[in-house]
Amino acid sequence: MSRVEKLRGSAPGKRHNARTVAALTGNPGCTRRAVLDAAGVDKVRLAERIGFPGAFGQSRFALARGNAFEAMLKADDCALLRSTLGAYVGGYEDLGADEDDTLSARHSRTRALLRSGAEGLLDHPLLTLDVAGQTVFLEPDLIAYQNGSQLQVVEIKSFAIIDGQADGTAVSSAAVQAAVYVLALRRLLGDDRVSHEVVLVCPENFSMQPVAVVLDVRKQLSTLRRQLSRLASVSSLIESLPASLSFDLAQPVADLVSSLDALTARYAPECLSSCEMSVFCRDEAAGRTAVLGRPVREALGGIETVDEVLALASGTREPEPDQVEAAALLRAAQRLRDEAL
Amino acid sequence: MSTLVALARAQALAAGRAQPITTVRHLHVHDRPLVLIPLAMAGEANAPLAALLGSAEDQPRLLVVSQPRNRDERFAFFAALAGVVVPYLDSFAGATEAVPVDRGRDVRHRFVDAPQIWVPNPGGADFLRLLGRSTRFRRTDGDFPVPPAVPRLGQWLTFLASSAEVPGSSLLVNAVQALTQHWATGQSSAEDAHFGSLFAWITDGAAAAREAENGPVAGPATDPTFDNEILAPLITAADPALTGVLRELLVPTWERMWKSIALLRTLPAGARVASRWDSDRDAYSAYVEHLIEDGSPQPRRDGAVAAAARLQRLENAAARYAVQRAFDDPLVMAEHRLTGQAFGALVTLAKADRIDDSGKRPVLRPRIMVATTETVRVEPGATLTSPSRPAQKAKVVSITPTATSTDVVLELSGGMGRKLVAEPGSVPAVGEQLLLTTLSEAYRPGAAFPDPDETPWTHGGPPTHHEVTPVE
Repeated sequence: MSRVEKLRGSAPGKRHNARTVAALTGNPGCTRRAVLDAAGVDKVRLAERIGFPGAFGQSRFALARGNAFEAMLKADDCALLRSTLGAYVGGYEDLGADEDDTLSARHSRTRALLRSGAEGLLDHPLLTLDVAGQTVFLEPDLIAYQNGSQLQVVEIKSFAIIDGQADGTAVSSAAVQAAVYVLALRRLLGDDRVSHEVVLVCPENFSMQPVAVVLDVRKQLSTLRRQLSRLASVSSLIESLPASLSFDLAQPVADLVSSLDALTARYAPECLSSCEMSVFCRDEAAGRTAVLGRPVREALGGIETVDEVLALASGTREPEPDQVEAAALLRAAQRLRDEAL
Repeated sequence: MSTLVALARAQALAAGRAQPITTVRHLHVHDRPLVLIPLAMAGEANAPLAALLGSAEDQPRLLVVSQPRNRDERFAFFAALAGVVVPYLDSFAGATEAVPVDRGRDVRHRFVDAPQIWVPNPGGADFLRLLGRSTRFRRTDGDFPVPPAVPRLGQWLTFLASSAEVPGSSLLVNAVQALTQHWATGQSSAEDAHFGSLFAWITDGAAAAREAENGPVAGPATDPTFDNEILAPLITAADPALTGVLRELLVPTWERMWKSIALLRTLPAGARVASRWDSDRDAYSAYVEHLIEDGSPQPRRDGAVAAAARLQRLENAAARYAVQRAFDDPLVMAEHRLTGQAFGALVTLAKADRIDDSGKRPVLRPRIMVATTETVRVEPGATLTSPSRPAQKAKVVSITPTATSTDVVLELSGGMGRKLVAEPGSVPAVGEQLLLTTLSEAYRPGAAFPDPDETPWTHGGPPTHHEVTPVE
């Protein structure tokens, strides 16, 4: 049994997807997330088990609409998608459903088809990406569109584009996810074969009519590359962990929590929307300035705990040499608040 | 985030209770506001599921779309919503007052009051903006006619949503923003976006806020678990119990909205709040006039000239609002004192009758010297003002650091009457505590923009005028 499997325990492993890779790069300093993801631990169930469940479901109405939109586009040999993209030549090949036991077969088929460079649309290609010293399979819900000599990533999303504008958060997360796919494709085929412009297909205005927009993901790509290179090699990290450590959900809660304690987390409020463990980490970080958010923490001079901040502000504590400037600012702020209130 | 507000957040966390970050209220709170809590259908672009609304706390009106994909029901919902909102908005177009313009040579009229709509959060305001977009182009004739009130509702909602983007406007208020402007909680701003949790921090403290996080949402998005486990079976079965379930979901937010309004009412209003409400009444009056005279819906997108002009208006409004808040509120001014843009000082010398006769005509230019222990980040030649004498300018003549403090010599002009002797009290006397700042309330003239027909080619050239109103 490998070290990773031992960490995970008896449960089947969860695979990385573009969303988890994006989240990982969003907070690259978090060892806890990196290890749990590398080991394929089911974080939703882990969080539930230790009593800190998060709300990470998806509404079935949203799913239904997303599926209906996608089905509409792909009906009749992708007739509607083709007219939206202006992609009338070439075939359409679906590389298959999400199943664990066909991974390597699908991956080699994907590789063969992509390398052949034949024009057309390729659905559900199975890609790999090196994340923190581990090869992860990516199951993109995307279509690779071979157009002449270049491959373009096509993402179908069901949020609406109204008068040329869409929800900013939705677009930026779509762009980051698309960048993960572009990166994985480039590692497979080489940089110049894959376009940095991805196509987003969304419903237009208040109808179900599709509209295609081109997103330039060069910025997301370079962020992603930088963050991936900064991710400490998780394999060596896992090697250095005590051998007794395990996240087998069959264990008592106290053991799970002490295992989690062995992994340092870097909590930020942004985690609440992207990480299943965030409610636990928030509770653990109580009393730290980090729970107030990065801008607040910076405005407080980067001081670690709230108690320290208040002691420095009231002058009951002598600042460390590197805190002198922050302490002076905090004392001035305290004096001004006292004066005005 | 200023260090002052950040410190208040740290204090709130330590105390387990939200801390005030203002000493006065910076928005107008209406005597008869309309509270509107919209709820959206997940996945659809701006499909309404329900709305709880009304202008009296004991008379909430619940509107429900029991089959959200049914087009007729959706339009019945819009018509019913218009039936409540439009009469409310129209009800202020009654009595007018005369306002002198052009230095008193002329007058114009504006309504003595204007409407104020409250939604729980920025998402609610955004939902109304999209609702406005989806209804204002509807036709009252043709294949899919709608009642005339529906496009009218769309125009009003668009007007309100765009006025909500003007800093300091109080026509469309979202409760989350209104509360976070006045209190700092011991959580992050992302968590403050949850209205129930934010409200609990202010009224009951940290523990109640954690509790509220799992409570009913304030919309417009519903909780996915609620969608899957409660809503979906009810909609599939066309169960009449849906109305009751939605009412139960919305009532806690309804109560918190009215409590928030009452809470804000207890704060004393800032001195310049009334003048900003005057501007809101101007905007409302102008739009009522537009609806009577022209009545065309707002374009889908602004043209280049209109967009540039609007952007400049917004920038001016933002700058004016920031200055007005600081002048109204010592705690907001303290943020500027912390960064050195303002400082408190004691008048140590004053020569109130100093005349500058170097020019053609002798002019009154008193000089004072002030001493301060605070950081002074201004250069000689800079112009300062004091909130207690906003009409008076103080030019910095010299800045001299001493052993314990900083001496600043200032030359005063304006706000002292028309004679060569200053009006009594208009020149700060020795021993007076003064607050001086680089912030200025001075009028900022608008930039000159070309006529839309002369839009330069760099900005797409003159717009084409034959845009057909879309029907979808």
